[in-house]
Amino acid sequence: MSGAHAAPSGHEMRPKGHGHAAGLTESEGHAESKRIVVAYGFWIFLISDIIMFAAFFATYAVLSGNTAGGPSGKDLFHLDNVAIETACLLTSSLTCGLAGIGAQAGNRKLFHISMAITFLLGAAFLVLELREFAEMIEAGAGPSRSGFLSSFFALIGCHGFHVTAGLLWLLTMMAQVFAKGFRDDILRRMLCFSLFWHTLDIIWVALFSLVYLVGVAQ
Amino acid sequence: MKTSSDGRTLTPHELVHGDSAPGDERIVPHAEYAQGIKGYLIGFVLAIGLTCISFFMARSSLVWAPSIPIALSVLAMAQMGVHLVFFLHITTGPDNVNNVLALAFGLLIVMLLVFGSLWIMTHLNHMMMPMDQMMNMQR
Repeated sequence: MSGAHAAPSGHEMRPKGHGHAAGLTESEGHAESKRIVVAYGFWIFLISDIIMFAAFFATYAVLSGNTAGGPSGKDLFHLDNVAIETACLLTSSLTCGLAGIGAQAGNRKLFHISMAITFLLGAAFLVLELREFAEMIEAGAGPSRSGFLSSFFALIGCHGFHVTAGLLWLLTMMAQVFAKGFRDDILRRMLCFSLFWHTLDIIWVALFSLVYLVGVAQ
Repeated sequence: MKTSSDGRTLTPHELVHGDSAPGDERIVPHAEYAQGIKGYLIGFVLAIGLTCISFFMARSSLVWAPSIPIALSVLAMAQMGVHLVFFLHITTGPDNVNNVLALAFGLLIVMLLVFGSLWIMTHLNHMMMPMDQMMNMQR
């Protein structure tokens, strides 16, 4: 940080709000503000997505005791499985961040390798989750068994659906960078994608702590 | 050297533009490449540590059982904070005010939704007549 301070380039020295007066080129100023507007709009969308998850979560919290004589979370949840799922998603957040750095720095190799690892980890998470769902349904604990299980499948399934959508978007981003390179619009999409992926991770933190861990601890 | 209104030296980031996009992290070419990676690694280590503590608490018998749900909630909130700062780059800096305000409003709605639902529904459960009595009344 201090190194950048001591020898700022001409670009960094420009005072804010005087872009045109200081000779900031038209396209440069435009790209900068558009990046902020796009990411801010997407941030608003993500917050509304979090509010939707909160509604599912409130439903689960209200119904979590209503097992209708069926199995409870303590009987159904396997913490080892949840731990592996969490490790996958956490590590994928790290590699997604590295991909973002690769994109900004224009490093194709870092970008593609990080994105590929992110995809594999996300896919592993999804496989583990679907296997857990299949085991529960096979054991007669499907979504129609009790209010608790209906709300559980709705909440966790909604997150799983988001991860699926995220994986498709990830592949799209890789293809776009492969075909078009690190253009301004591609970089904006990449910024939105990494916001989306990190937000899914934040939602998973709430789910594994308050659904699985609290469910088992009770 | 440029300074802000409160006398602080402005970072190069603030000199270029007044706001930063959510998730935005400017990679200054040549110099600060490793800086960004370091931030993600710090966040990753913190998140893994908090996750391990959470899993340990849920399984161990060392912790007083009734306190576990609250402790897990606190740990979850701490970890969400770590994710916000190190992965999403939502910080308290002056260039981040809009992003933080949007998040704060979202959190207000989330809290109203979750705690409001729990409050009303436990209250209704409490007031409701037990099912067998209700059956008797219908006869």
